[in-house]
Amino acid sequence: MTKRFKTGYRIGVIVLAIIITMLLGAVILWAIGADVFKTYMVILTEPLKNKIGITEVLLRMVPLTIIALGITVAYRSGIINIGAEGQMAMGILATTAIALAFPNLPSGVLIPFAILAGMVGGAAWGFIPGFLKAKLEVSELLSTVMLNYIAAQLYTFFLRGPMLDPAELTMGSGTPQSMRLTRNLDLTRFIPGTRIHSGLFIAIGLAVLIFLLLWKTSYGYKMRAAGASERAARYGGINVPKYLIIAMMISGGFAGIAGSIEIAGVHRRAIEGVTSGYGFSGIVVALFGGLHPAGILPAAFFFGLLIYGADMTQRLVGVPANMVQVLQGIIILVIVATKMVLANPYLMQRVESKFAAIAAKRSNQEVQA
Amino acid sequence: MELTTKAIDSLRIEHITKRFPGVLACDDISLDIGKGEVLALVGENGAGKTTLMNVLMGLYHPDEGKILINGEEVNFRSPNDAFAYGIGMVHQQYMLVPNMTVLENIALGFKQAWKPWKLDLHMVRDRIDAVARQYGLAVDPDAFIWQLSVGEQQRVELVKTLCLGARFLILDEPTSALTPQETDDLIALLKRMSGELSIIFISHKLQEVKDLSSKVAILRHGRVVFQGNTIDHSSSDIAALMTGHEVVLPHNDAPACTMGPMLQLRNLKVRSDRGFLALDDLSLYICKGEIVGLAGVSGNGQRELAEAINGLRKVESGQILFDGQDIANRSPVQVIQAGMGYIPEERNTEGIVPSFSMKENFILKDTDSEKYSSHSFLKNKVVDVEAEQLRQQFDIRSPNIEVAAGSLSGGNIQKVILAREISRSPKFLIAVYPTRGLDMGAAEFIHKQLLQKRNEGVGILLISEELEEITNLSDQVAVIFKGKIQKVLPSSEASRRRLGILMAGVKDDEEI
Repeated sequence: MTKRFKTGYRIGVIVLAIIITMLLGAVILWAIGADVFKTYMVILTEPLKNKIGITEVLLRMVPLTIIALGITVAYRSGIINIGAEGQMAMGILATTAIALAFPNLPSGVLIPFAILAGMVGGAAWGFIPGFLKAKLEVSELLSTVMLNYIAAQLYTFFLRGPMLDPAELTMGSGTPQSMRLTRNLDLTRFIPGTRIHSGLFIAIGLAVLIFLLLWKTSYGYKMRAAGASERAARYGGINVPKYLIIAMMISGGFAGIAGSIEIAGVHRRAIEGVTSGYGFSGIVVALFGGLHPAGILPAAFFFGLLIYGADMTQRLVGVPANMVQVLQGIIILVIVATKMVLANPYLMQRVESKFAAIAAKRSNQEVQA
Repeated sequence: MELTTKAIDSLRIEHITKRFPGVLACDDISLDIGKGEVLALVGENGAGKTTLMNVLMGLYHPDEGKILINGEEVNFRSPNDAFAYGIGMVHQQYMLVPNMTVLENIALGFKQAWKPWKLDLHMVRDRIDAVARQYGLAVDPDAFIWQLSVGEQQRVELVKTLCLGARFLILDEPTSALTPQETDDLIALLKRMSGELSIIFISHKLQEVKDLSSKVAILRHGRVVFQGNTIDHSSSDIAALMTGHEVVLPHNDAPACTMGPMLQLRNLKVRSDRGFLALDDLSLYICKGEIVGLAGVSGNGQRELAEAINGLRKVESGQILFDGQDIANRSPVQVIQAGMGYIPEERNTEGIVPSFSMKENFILKDTDSEKYSSHSFLKNKVVDVEAEQLRQQFDIRSPNIEVAAGSLSGGNIQKVILAREISRSPKFLIAVYPTRGLDMGAAEFIHKQLLQKRNEGVGILLISEELEEITNLSDQVAVIFKGKIQKVLPSSEASRRRLGILMAGVKDDEEI
C-alpha cells in the first residue's frame, strides 16, 4: 500500500466524517423547520465578522481548553473523567471563598492564591472517583457523573446560604449569587471594549505545561504507560493506582482552575450557570483535539465558535441555542465512528483494491482509445 | 450432528502473491493438498506462512493468484466464506473473549444454536461433549477463558474450530504452547483425524513435522524454496533448508552451582485467580551462575510462581529469599530495584506497552534512574543513543527506534524485552517461555544471551514447556506439578521420558 494512498485515505475519511456531521445536523435542523444553510452560515461565520465576536469565541475557548487538557491527562492515564462539570463548580466555590475571606490582598498575591484554591477544590473533587477506582475498582463513569449532581447541589447551597450576596438579602430578589468579588481578583481585560481577559494566556501556558508533563517527564511517562497498558505498567514497577489518583487530581484540578478563571475573568462573582456545560463540552474538545495539547487549542477555538455561534442563531434565525448540544452529540458519534474506520486495515485494503480496479479499467480504456 | 459443509477432496493454491508496503510477503506460491493429507508449512518468522494462511482464510485478499477447492475457483471475502467451505483455522494468537466461558465462546460462532430470541446453549454443550469424546479433547465448558492457561486456551480453540464443522484444519504453530505429552497426544490426534480431514500446519519444530506431516513445504522470504514428501528427507535436511544455514542450538556444558544460592523459595503458598492454591508449599533454590529449568505442563503454577516472585501476586505464606533478603509481598518496583529481571509469559501485553515506541519500552523500568532522567525530566538524547545501541546489539529488526513496539514481530518483541532486561544488569533473571513461537534463529540468539548471562554469574529460572530448551540450557531441571516441585534432577539425568513421567504427576519415576 503506498504512503500516498494511505494519506489520501485518511483525509478522505475525515472529510467524509465532516460531511456526514453536517448532513446529520442538517436533517435535524430541517426537522425543526429551520433554514439549514443560513443556520450553518450564522454559526460558522457570523461570530468571526467583528472584534467582539472573535474575542467572545476566544473567551469561551479558555475554559474549554483548560478542561480538555485535564481530561486528556485522565484519559491518557486510563480513566475517563466525566465529572469536570462538578469539579469546576467546586473550584469556583473555593475561589469565591478565598476572595470573600481575603478581599484586601493585592492582586499579585490574591489571583495566584485564588486560582490555586480553585485547583485544590477541583482536585479534591477529582480525588474521590480516582481513589474509588484505584482502591475499589468503582467505575469512574458512574462516580464522576454522580459527583456532578452532588457538586451542583453544594454549589446552589453555598450560593443561597453562606455565600449569598448581602445586597440580595436586603433587596429581597433572592437571586442565588455571591457579591461582586473584590476587584483585586479581576483578570485584566486586555482589549478595550471586549471581555477577553488574560486567562487566555494562562490557558495557552497550561497547554504547554501539559505537553511537557505528559511527554517529557517520567511522571507523564508513567501515567501514559498506566493508561496504555495497565498490565505492562504494573510489570514495569509502576504504581498504577497511585498514578490513576494523581491523574484524576490533575484532571479535577484543571477543571477547578477553569472555574476560577471564569469567575476572575468573566463573571466576577459566583452565579448559577457558570459551568454551563463546559465540563461536558471539554470532553468533546479533548477527543476532537486528539488528546494532545496541540490539537486541543484549535479544537477549543472551533467549539468556542460553535457555542457562541449557536447563541447567535437564536437571535438571527430563531434556532434554539441548544442546537449546539445536538451538534456536539453528533460530533462525538462521528468521531468515535471515524476512529473505528481509521483503525480498520481490512476496510482500507478493500477500498484500495476497488480503487486499483477502477484505475486499471481506466488505463485499459485509454489504451484501447 | 451432521456437518453442513461439503467434503474437501482437494485444495489448490496457485501462484498466490501478496504485497505489503515494502514487503513481498507471498511471492508466487503454489501448493496442493489432497484429502487426508497433512502439509507442514515450515520457515522462519516473517517467511510468509501466516500471511499465506490468512489469504486462504479470506482475511487477506491476494494481489495475484487463485484458490481452488475440488477444482473450482473460490473467492473468500471473509473468514465466514472460508468457514462455509469447511476451512477452519486455529490462530497463533487465540481469538477468545477472556471474560466469557468456554461454552459462550464456542456459542459465539455456532450459528446453528442461534435461535430467534434465544441462544441454545444446551445444543452447544452437546456439541462440545460430542467433539470432546470423539477426539479425546477434554475441556471444561464452564471455565472462564481468563482462568485458563495458554495451553488450555489452545485446546478450546481447537474444540471451537471442530465444533463449527471444520473439515480442513489450518493450525498456526499448534504445539508451541503444549507440553511434550500434550504434543504427542495432539500429534496422535491429528494423525487420527487426518483420516477424515486435511490439515495444514505451520511449525518450527522439525520433530513434529517428521511425525505428522505427509508433505512438507518450506518458505523463505515469501517463496516456496522446497516442496516434497516428508518421508524422503531427514530432519537435518529440512532444518538446513529452512534457515539456509546449519543451526546448532547452544548447549550448556559449564560446571554447575559453585557460587552459593541466589534465590531461595521456601514453602510458598500462592492462590490463583480462581482462588485455589496454585502454589502449594513450593520450595526451590537457585544458585548464582546457574540455570534451573522449570519443566511442567502449563497451568501447574508456573505463571503464579513468576508473578509471586516479581511482586505481582500476593504470597499467602512462605519466604522468597533473594540474595539473603526476603522479598515476598514486596511491590514490583522493590523487586525490580533488588535486581530482579523478568521476561514475562505474555510478551505482547505485559512485557511491552504495545502503543509505546521501541525506545520508550526500553526505559519502562528506569524512568526514575539518573541515567534516563534528571529532576523528573527524561533525557531524550540519552534514551535515543541507548536505544539505538540496544537495537543494534540485539539485532532487533525494525526501521528505527520510534516504531510502536506492538507492531514488531514476536521475535523482535522478545528481543526488545530481553535487551531491556539484560541491559539493566540484573542479579537474577526469570524467563517464562522465552522462545515460544519464535523461529530457530531468534531462539538461538536468545539462548546464547541467557547462557552468556549465566556465565557472568547471573542465576536464571527458566520456565518452559520445551524439554529440549530446558535440557539444553539448564544445570538442573525442576519439575512442577500441581503447585509443587516433583523433583529436581541434574540436567544430565533429565531424559525426555523421565521428565514426561514426572510432569504427568508420577513422583517415583525411577520405579517405572
